[in-house]
Amino acid sequence: MSLLEVSDLEAGYGPVTVLRGISFSVDEGRIVTVLGPNGAGKTTTLRALSGMVRRSGRIHFDGKDVSGYSPEKMARQSVAHVPEGRGTFTGLTVEENLRVGAYPRGDKAAIAEDVKRCFGYFPRLEERREQHAGAMSGGEQQMLAIARALMLRPRLMLLDEPSLGLAPKLTRELFAILEKIAREEGVTLLLVEQNANLVLKFADDAHVLEAGRIVMSGAAKEIEADEGIRRSYLGL
Amino acid sequence: MSAKRMRMAGWGLAVVLAVLLPFFFGSYRVGQFTQALSLGIAVLGLNLLVGYSGQISLGHGAFFALGAYASAISIDDLGVPYLLTLPLAGIVCGIAGFLLGLPALRLRGLYLALVTLGLAIATPQIIKRADGLTGGTQGLSVEKVTAPAWSGLADDQWLYFVTLAVTAVMFMLAAFLVRGRVGRALVAIRDNEIAARTMGVDLARFKTGTFAVSAAYAGVGGALFTLPIGFLAPESFPLALSFAFLAAIVVGGLATIAGALFGALFIEFVPVYAADVDEALAGVIYGGVLILFMYLAPGGVMGLIRKASGVTGRRRERKSQFVVSEGKTEGV
Amino acid sequence: MERFVQVIVDGLATGSLYGALALAVVLIYRSTGIVNFAQGELAMFSTFIAWGLMQAGLPLGAALLGALVLSFVGGMLIERLVIRPVEGGEVLTLVIVTLGLYILVNSLAGWIWGFGNRAFPSMFGDGSFDLAGVRISVESIGIVAVLIAVVGLLFAVFQRTKIGLAMRAVSLNPDSSRLVGISVGRTLMIGWGIAALVGALAGALIAPRLFLDVNFMGSVLIYSFAAATLGGFDSPFGAVLGGWIIGVAENLAGTYIDFIGSDLKILVPLVAILVVLLVRPTGLFGSAEVARA
Repeated sequence: MSLLEVSDLEAGYGPVTVLRGISFSVDEGRIVTVLGPNGAGKTTTLRALSGMVRRSGRIHFDGKDVSGYSPEKMARQSVAHVPEGRGTFTGLTVEENLRVGAYPRGDKAAIAEDVKRCFGYFPRLEERREQHAGAMSGGEQQMLAIARALMLRPRLMLLDEPSLGLAPKLTRELFAILEKIAREEGVTLLLVEQNANLVLKFADDAHVLEAGRIVMSGAAKEIEADEGIRRSYLGL
Repeated sequence: MSAKRMRMAGWGLAVVLAVLLPFFFGSYRVGQFTQALSLGIAVLGLNLLVGYSGQISLGHGAFFALGAYASAISIDDLGVPYLLTLPLAGIVCGIAGFLLGLPALRLRGLYLALVTLGLAIATPQIIKRADGLTGGTQGLSVEKVTAPAWSGLADDQWLYFVTLAVTAVMFMLAAFLVRGRVGRALVAIRDNEIAARTMGVDLARFKTGTFAVSAAYAGVGGALFTLPIGFLAPESFPLALSFAFLAAIVVGGLATIAGALFGALFIEFVPVYAADVDEALAGVIYGGVLILFMYLAPGGVMGLIRKASGVTGRRRERKSQFVVSEGKTEGV
Repeated sequence: MERFVQVIVDGLATGSLYGALALAVVLIYRSTGIVNFAQGELAMFSTFIAWGLMQAGLPLGAALLGALVLSFVGGMLIERLVIRPVEGGEVLTLVIVTLGLYILVNSLAGWIWGFGNRAFPSMFGDGSFDLAGVRISVESIGIVAVLIAVVGLLFAVFQRTKIGLAMRAVSLNPDSSRLVGISVGRTLMIGWGIAALVGALAGALIAPRLFLDVNFMGSVLIYSFAAATLGGFDSPFGAVLGGWIIGVAENLAGTYIDFIGSDLKILVPLVAILVVLLVRPTGLFGSAEVARA
């Protein structure tokens, strides 16, 4: 039984339908990526899973039908969403951003420990602990966004283009940390990415999205190796 | 029936009704309609400012008062015939409006609302303070307007028709302004200042110009307003009046010309009828109606009429990108 | 010299009153970006409730407490029922809705309690004492003390509690707040509730001086807006400081500038607003976002 099962998911904004009925599943403990060109519906997919856009179809998380859940409710199901553009609370300090990430939790001592663990993964954040998040660079804000998501102790983390705007070296560093988090914390990752090259090297499974439909699903390595797919859909 | 034909028919009907009106109502009612017309002119002015150029003013009552007093003082102290006081009030207020429009350029949205709110609150005090001119708390009385013998009309009817004629002229002028390049520029400014500027629209000129015109309209309206009553005092221009003008443009329909009439009728008669229901609850009904309008009919009465008659036309959507070429202004 | 000091002291006292209402205005602006034109009327209504409770036999303290609780609930309901349908909408829509609320609440109070005025007892009694030739009333000290206590309490709530963190988060980024599990609607309701509570307190502090009638907060409103503008619309501390500055300036102008005298004191807040917005729109302590309006 997969951790996340999606069937016939349709979603869009107002009168515009972006996702035209996609189905896929994500097994626990895996790193899964959804790839595709601009406008394919990658961000919409994550937003649909979080409950941020109008949608229809079935979504099952951990056996529960969460098809109608609001974003707040999804968060309380331990699904953490790192949105497009990071969504950091620019007026709050780094530490406050982390604390707010643990909002649904009540276990104060464990939260304090988790803050330390996040700093362990992202030492740069610890240096800036008391600084306002808005003063940090794009890369640092991305780390903060991921750390904040981690504070939820999520079972599933949704990441929307974490590499956007980051230099390749920083992206590699970020993905290395993500992989570490996934393995050590047992968090299942679902990443949406445009940068297929880097992500296919570290993901387990991949789905390719085009014009609102999934055109290909499989092991990341296979998709990476497939010339045809790379050229048609991934622009590589 | 095309949209244009329906509009013409609507106006035609309105004109016919307006002309017949004073013969079917008693003099008190006619006086109220006369006041409604003068309010309508002021409301139209505010709509130009708020609805078309997007500058929120809560201080329209101040210009209304200025026009009323300018007119009354000229009649009383200078013996100016009342008809001439209308352009006089218009010019005086136009200048005042321009002067307020200058600092207003630097104020956005809520802040302009705040400053003009202060102006509206200060108006009765300023009137009292300038008691040398304004008669202070004693007020000023204005000579009653009498109908000339050749018209064969009663005094109140004559005044009604004079007001109606002035209203018609002012409305047509506004429609002309709004339909042309000026109107398009204003809507462009309202919807997207940056885009408007890149298209060569001189923001400062249009915005201060609109303030001036808007104030001038209020002034003319104010000058006409006191003629049926023949008396004005600081209490005639409280904060509630500025609120009423704002309510009127919203109820009538933002960025519409005809809406000003509906709005004026609303603020003239609803408090009266609400008071009939219950004196004290009148305000509750008035405020409640206002709020409900924002939930249910944000396009005002004109919006409802358009929806009902199926005339969607070119909707004035907010946040439209490059508006100027689309000419999204309403002629009516 | 004594007269000068007296004017300053009196100015600080009235300034505290302006600051108290300004605090409520700033709280709402901070949490929702809305300028609530009806804030004064809501405070007036709350004060009348306190008065009503006293008429029913409750002592001042209990009546105030009751009014505070009812105001908190009232504020929450207003956010939920009146403001929520138009939240996030156009500036003009919100202005109209709060103006409609102003008119409605004002008339409702008149309908329930009539339009006459009545006395309202001060929490601090009538005492006063002399300090180096300057007359200081116990009430003035009390008002300033209460104000400082409220600011301190609000600071503690916002900076040190979970709900305070949530309120700050929601005002910064409602979408991200949802993603971390915060119920934005509920948080906004609490913000309005707290603001209503502060407003009620302001009303109870102001009423002893101005006599309680349906319009007594109307004149205070523009002073409070001036205080909030001067202090920076999203700074509670700024609202209080702004209130003091406006209060003192008003008193100085009224005493020493003949032209102003006592009728035109209203020009002081008006000019203050204009000057602040033209010279430094963020006010003394406001954050950069404030100027964007």
